[in-house]
Amino acid sequence: MTKRIIIVGAGHNGLVCAAYLARAGREVLVLEANAQVGGAAVTRTFAPGYQVPAVAHLLYGFDPVIERELQLRQHGLTDAKSRGLTVALNPNGAPLVHDGRQVLSGLSHAEDRQAFADFMHKMRRLAVLLKRQHGRTPPKLTWASWRDAWSLVRLALQMRLLGRADMRELLRMITMPMHDVLEESFADDLLKGALAVDAVLGTKLGPRSGNTVLNFLHRHTGASAPRVPVGGMGAVSESLASAARAAGAQIRLGTRVAAINIESGRATGVTLASGEVIGASTVVSGADPKTTFEHLVGLQHLEAELARRIHHMRCEGTAAKLHVALRALPQFTGVEVALVGERLLIAPSALYVDEAFNPAKYGEYSSDPILEISIPSIADPTLAPAGHHVLSAIVQYAPAQLTGGWEAQRAAFEARVLAVLERYAPGFGSHVVATELLTPADLEAQFGLRGGHWHHGELTLDQYLTLRPVPGLGHYATPVQALYLCGAGCHPGGGVMGVAGRNAACVILQGGVS
Amino acid sequence: MNKADVIVVGAGHNGLTSAAFLAKAGLKVLVLEKNPWIGGAAVSRSLHKDWIYSNCSYVCSLLRPEIFRELELGKHGLHVVPYGGGVTFTRDGDILGNYVDEEVKRREIMRYSARDGDAYLRYSRDVMRQCRLVRSLLMRTPPDPTSWRWRDLTEMRHIGREFAALGPAVLADTIRFHTMSIADYLNEYFESDVVKANLAGSGIIGTALGVQSPGTAYVLLHHYMGDVDGQMGAWGFARGGMGAVSQALAGALKSFGGTIQVDAPVAQIVVRGGRVRGVALDNGDEYSAPVVISGLDPKRTFLGLLASGDLDPAIAKRARDFKIRGSSGKLNIALDGVPTFPALGKNNPLAAGDMHFLDSLERYERAYDDWKRGMWSQDPYLDLLIPSLTDPTMAPPGKHFMSVFVQYVPVKVKGQDWTDADRDAFKKTVFQQISRYSPDFESLVLHAEVRTPRELEAEVGLTEGNIFQGELTFDQLLFNRPFPGFAQYRGPVKGMYMCGSGTHPGGGVMAAPGANAAREVLLDLKRGNTVPNGWSDD
Repeated sequence: MTKRIIIVGAGHNGLVCAAYLARAGREVLVLEANAQVGGAAVTRTFAPGYQVPAVAHLLYGFDPVIERELQLRQHGLTDAKSRGLTVALNPNGAPLVHDGRQVLSGLSHAEDRQAFADFMHKMRRLAVLLKRQHGRTPPKLTWASWRDAWSLVRLALQMRLLGRADMRELLRMITMPMHDVLEESFADDLLKGALAVDAVLGTKLGPRSGNTVLNFLHRHTGASAPRVPVGGMGAVSESLASAARAAGAQIRLGTRVAAINIESGRATGVTLASGEVIGASTVVSGADPKTTFEHLVGLQHLEAELARRIHHMRCEGTAAKLHVALRALPQFTGVEVALVGERLLIAPSALYVDEAFNPAKYGEYSSDPILEISIPSIADPTLAPAGHHVLSAIVQYAPAQLTGGWEAQRAAFEARVLAVLERYAPGFGSHVVATELLTPADLEAQFGLRGGHWHHGELTLDQYLTLRPVPGLGHYATPVQALYLCGAGCHPGGGVMGVAGRNAACVILQGGVS
Repeated sequence: MNKADVIVVGAGHNGLTSAAFLAKAGLKVLVLEKNPWIGGAAVSRSLHKDWIYSNCSYVCSLLRPEIFRELELGKHGLHVVPYGGGVTFTRDGDILGNYVDEEVKRREIMRYSARDGDAYLRYSRDVMRQCRLVRSLLMRTPPDPTSWRWRDLTEMRHIGREFAALGPAVLADTIRFHTMSIADYLNEYFESDVVKANLAGSGIIGTALGVQSPGTAYVLLHHYMGDVDGQMGAWGFARGGMGAVSQALAGALKSFGGTIQVDAPVAQIVVRGGRVRGVALDNGDEYSAPVVISGLDPKRTFLGLLASGDLDPAIAKRARDFKIRGSSGKLNIALDGVPTFPALGKNNPLAAGDMHFLDSLERYERAYDDWKRGMWSQDPYLDLLIPSLTDPTMAPPGKHFMSVFVQYVPVKVKGQDWTDADRDAFKKTVFQQISRYSPDFESLVLHAEVRTPRELEAEVGLTEGNIFQGELTFDQLLFNRPFPGFAQYRGPVKGMYMCGSGTHPGGGVMAAPGANAAREVLLDLKRGNTVPNGWSDD
């Protein structure tokens, strides 16, 4: 019998998992449907001569442990020069600039300067507790064994170690809407808008929705400022693939897995779209949980209760991606040239974010969406022809389940987004060479993200930690023997972190015991 | 009498409950009430000749049976009459009836979706499970999870055991239930929008949250965990209006020798030497007592009753940040007869229950969007009842009293204070909503009292007119209610206590906060406890 481990999908988590398994001496075969590795962390050409990070475009929480253990620097990962600033654009004047620790300029309420420093310091302290949970399998909700009991007690103790004041704040804030926290803390609209974006990006939640403080904390479990890798996000994936290959893993591109084969409750391999059958002793799916179980495995192999839970897992994406090839660098109102290469936000107030969210509830797109903009060609000129630039923007809200469907409304939405850009950067339209809009429907079709959801499923408390993706699947192992999950649908969730892949590899190497 | 052992500020139902248990323990208790009548928001008012209005709270179910029995409220005149069912009207002229008989209700649901009929069984089981869990916590003081004190640790252990006993699967569902939105929760069970809309209302009543806001699934419990005569989830009318609850509590208090003084607005808690000495009234009169219990909401208690010099600025900030956010209004209407609801037909017993007019989750959410923008909902959620069909004492023979709870209603209209013109326009919106389903309704109206958050605040003293004295979201529940560090009914000054709905377990005419506060006072005074333990009848 073969000892081969098959990993479905060469997304960053699948590659991390592959690298760790290969380093432990296992025979690993990664099967990827697309022609390049990386899943949603890729750099690709969208117009002749213009390249962009196609989905994720800023690197927040990539686990430094993985970076060190897999020696990614030696496999080509380097950071482009970026100051890691956030620039909240102001349609009427100077933008607000912060570096995640201090507001550098643009505050209209001076008292918010200290409030921001204190607030971010507090949030980083609280995020440490979340971060501590990342590197391990979530606790089971039972006292049945000393091991399970200990993992719960450890969580409680870690909470205690925050100290009384911080523990109280965590227990108070963890379910709260970002809006309420912002109202408690700040007066400045631009600042509140910028922080609201950090709390809602990639989710179908508005600033007034509970769980948005959790999202904010999740985003701040990593570096305090975003990183920009040279060569875009694809460079992260390429370095991971290189590390995996160096350790002996095989990666087959352009190979779509059609089904995971199950015999007598055990995964025995996969069937490719071409009809080819490949046997394996273990199958690891980097695909999202719904795709894995509803399409690849088949719900008939699951108990009804678990099938129901998977069916109800929430993963409706609301973020679209806009790519623009530009003849020249756009001039954003009030933004000095030195800042154009930083992370630019269009979300002038928390109210603006909330108004952008409202239509999404009814299956409509925002007429005034929020944008997170990066112009990676400033730090990395290889992405565009000389003197030209590429702009990459996450645009929210664009619900996957748009009433009337995306095909009919794609052009109208793109026009809206370009109109918003024109408002913040007059003359923007005249620089445009080409555009590409990836709606959630496109993200689903091209990257296999179910519902076009960037994180393989909403990051809310009911889908967090042990409950992620659903109760009963929270420990990377599944009820199907020899089948494991390693994607962002698992703990600790989305963002290009690689942690889920590493945790899954650990579970597999320990013989399936979490 | 200017001296007492305990002074209670505010003769709302919680203040009266606290006072009654303390008087029962032999303390000399004085209750001071600003209005000429007692009851706070549990009152029966005669505002139109021969009619009795339950003009704030209007139905009864959550009132803890332990308290009812211990204070012998039955003997003091409280009689709760259960009412049957309710109905959700749909825009196409149909109804979904909430029949009392669960089997009939299930068959009714199956008219909309056969699958939902089956799902309803599962749903009822799961929600009841959560009710049982939360009910076991109502008559207990929340432990402080950050404390190492023996009492807190043992209480944490107790709660830990209650949760552990659920088993991993139900425990997972419990965490999910407490953090999800009512819309997501219902979507996991049902497919018919009418069925979902029929159940969703309980998740948003009294809160400034929409059906899609996480946390609203829990609010559902505040409308499910009560009982009438042991039937869990049932609702009833207090005979003679909600004032009967307050009158019975006052009767109990007086039978133990307690005193109530009306027309006595308290201006401030007098603090000297770092502890409470008594209170001062608006007119300058002083009453002395070593213990003062405030039944007012946390904002009025911390920022109003305490002089700013007696309060740590960090605590004052907590009180200012406490989320109250009024979101509801109320119409009390005297009717010349029973209005016809064509979709219901004549003499339908469902007419004696709650009537609702929103038949989709989207309409609920859009109603909330209006509130967020500073307007009352243009297509509002109404909880409409005609109590006089069940309790004829509310109106003259042949005439009727209608109570209409309205959501969402903002504290300020587009950022401006309410004007009388706004109030008239608001009334028109509500009348239009009712008339859509009852063409002859408006012709039967003899008198209507319209209450916006402005009236609720000015008259009852509920800040921003919030019926629960503060949002029922997890950041303000259990050990977080009203705010971390003050959840055990003790104020920031020695001798000061809180007993209003702004404390655990929150609002809904439960009387549990009042009883729990009394227990803490007796503990500190080293007196024998008169407050009953929660029943473990579930």
